[in-house]
Amino acid sequence: MAFQLKPETVEKIDRMIARYPQKRSALMMVLHEIQEEKRVISNEAIEWVAARLELQPINVLEVVTFFPSYRQKPIGKVWVRVCRTLSCALMGGYKTGEILEKELGCKMGHTSDDGSVTLEYAECLAACGTGPVALVDEDLFENLTPDKLGPVIAEIKKRAAGGTPTPTKN
Amino acid sequence: MPVTETRLLLKHADDPAYGIDLASYEKVGGYEMLKKAVGLKPEDIRTEIKNSGLRGRGGAGFPCGVKWDLVDRKSGKPIYLIVNCDESEPGTFKDRQLVHKDPHQLIEGVMISAFANNVALAFIYIREEMPKGAKILNQAIEEARAKGYVGANICGSSYSCDIIVHRGAGAYICGEETGLIESMEGKRAYPRIKPPFFPAVLGLYQCPTIVNNVETLCNVPHILRMGAAEYCKIGRNNNTGTRIWCVSGQVQRPGYYEVAGITFGQLLNDICGGPLPGRKFKAIVPGGGSSKILRYDEKFKGKKPDGTPHEFTFDEIPLDFDGIASAGSMSGSGAVIVMDDSVDIMEALANLVAFYAHESCGQCTPCREGSLWAKKMTHRMCGGEARERDLTTLYDMAGNIGGRTVCPMGFSTTWPVQSYIDKFRPEIEAKTRENRLGMSRDARLIEK
Ligand SMILES: Cc1cc2nc3c(=O)[nH]c(=O)nc-3n(C[C@H](O)[C@H](O)[C@H](O)COP(=O)(O)O)c2cc1C
Ligand code: FES
Repeated sequence: MAFQLKPETVEKIDRMIARYPQKRSALMMVLHEIQEEKRVISNEAIEWVAARLELQPINVLEVVTFFPSYRQKPIGKVWVRVCRTLSCALMGGYKTGEILEKELGCKMGHTSDDGSVTLEYAECLAACGTGPVALVDEDLFENLTPDKLGPVIAEIKKRAAGGTPTPTKN
Repeated sequence: MPVTETRLLLKHADDPAYGIDLASYEKVGGYEMLKKAVGLKPEDIRTEIKNSGLRGRGGAGFPCGVKWDLVDRKSGKPIYLIVNCDESEPGTFKDRQLVHKDPHQLIEGVMISAFANNVALAFIYIREEMPKGAKILNQAIEEARAKGYVGANICGSSYSCDIIVHRGAGAYICGEETGLIESMEGKRAYPRIKPPFFPAVLGLYQCPTIVNNVETLCNVPHILRMGAAEYCKIGRNNNTGTRIWCVSGQVQRPGYYEVAGITFGQLLNDICGGPLPGRKFKAIVPGGGSSKILRYDEKFKGKKPDGTPHEFTFDEIPLDFDGIASAGSMSGSGAVIVMDDSVDIMEALANLVAFYAHESCGQCTPCREGSLWAKKMTHRMCGGEARERDLTTLYDMAGNIGGRTVCPMGFSTTWPVQSYIDKFRPEIEAKTRENRLGMSRDARLIEK
């Protein structure tokens, strides 16, 4: 089937492209929009973007493969990124990661078999003073010492089961 | 007298009654300086910023006014302004506060700076991992546009300028200004070589471009309000204004603190409450993961203003650009990572080396191969599998990365590796000789 996006996503993308002095500059923002809708950047998406921005598919592919945030394998319904860099590690970040692995039944660096959770270590998330921290989709969870993981685990499980995310302040 | 913060940029940020909406900002005098600015001559604003001594808060501490002076204004090409909110140097979380808690202060700073430099299009480059920050900024920009602070005919003048929020995608190298520019052009973030690609002359689309850090530009409205002379009274000569220090790691009260004119000891002991119970400070990373480490028990040698040599302790280091430089390191991004006597220094090094190995963009061989090799060696040195020559090889090899690459990131492997070994050689030697495993008492610091 031909690659298709929701009409409102296409509209948003076209508005965005028009704002930049050069079309190619919109590439990262276009990829973000597509990944948000599809949870993945497929080969079809790459071709679609290339055509939209008047580029060759390789120009898009080289950017997709360079940046860690873009994914050629689908991201799970919930995307969990646990910081492993020094400040968080000093406060127990690796232990937090291990507990999440066990509780969510998902290996670090993988997506669970049912596609509900992607669990990964991430590098410094710029919230080091309240480490260990994790980014769950768009929400930052702080002070995640191994003894304080109850709420974040419950929230991840709720989202994985299709529940509406509970709003957070960060 | 108790040591306190000097809050200028963060004055309202943590006030529960203060919101991120435009009305909150206007209530505390927000956008008044933009209104004033559009009635001034751009070059007069530039002179004021130069006289304020404002130094860049992104890492290098380059004087902002001098940077603006270097912009090629004769080329006839458009001039662009890019705000660097990539905030990814390990330990840094100050720009996050400024963006999430007082977005209009940044926008006013951007608009004044844009006007002062005849910029018609500005960008805020924000890292992907701050999705809410990007939304907050976009919302604030729309609010400001509706009131005539962004967009066409700003504050009723003939001046127009728009702001685009551009999101990164998880790559540390996009914090480096030329890598950032490449990625904004829709390419891989491979930094450009200087010369000739100084952004002030050949930046975005080969046009003159100014790249400034979030915190740097948040100072601009305050300088205009206070006047350069008053602003210079905050802090020390050549280190004017406040700085937001991000303290993380093993200390009683980690957090972000905006201070001026204090010492490192006052920050860590008075403001942050000292070490955890029963612990002692051991080592401090003073300016982000890539800066050279300092020992807490070290004696530093320097010269007094009159030229007489003197020794000073860690606690006595003046907490600013020149103070930390005089102790042989750098204040970098203002990120202070504190380690106490429970930490195995080799593991801490291995943790950071893994960061820089992950983040090397791969363009230059010394950095790409060297950082990965350093990761391999440091990990086996922590894992009980050190080889006899590892320590020497690691030290020498690291010395061959920095300065031999297109951008300064090579030093992010060189500096930690060499400084950790220089300052903690006996501990590291003993660990690798005896091939001892994980020694940090509180927590594991490296991947299994
Ligand atoms: C590897 C590397 C990473 C950097 N990361 C950042 C960053 O995350 N944020 C930032 O503001 N500056 C960063 N910088 C510094 C920028 O290149 C640039 O000097 C700075 O944004 C200029 O702003 P300033 O003069 O206002 O400090 C980095 C530099 C290097 C070499
Ligand atoms: S080290 Fe974890 S957020 Fe910076």
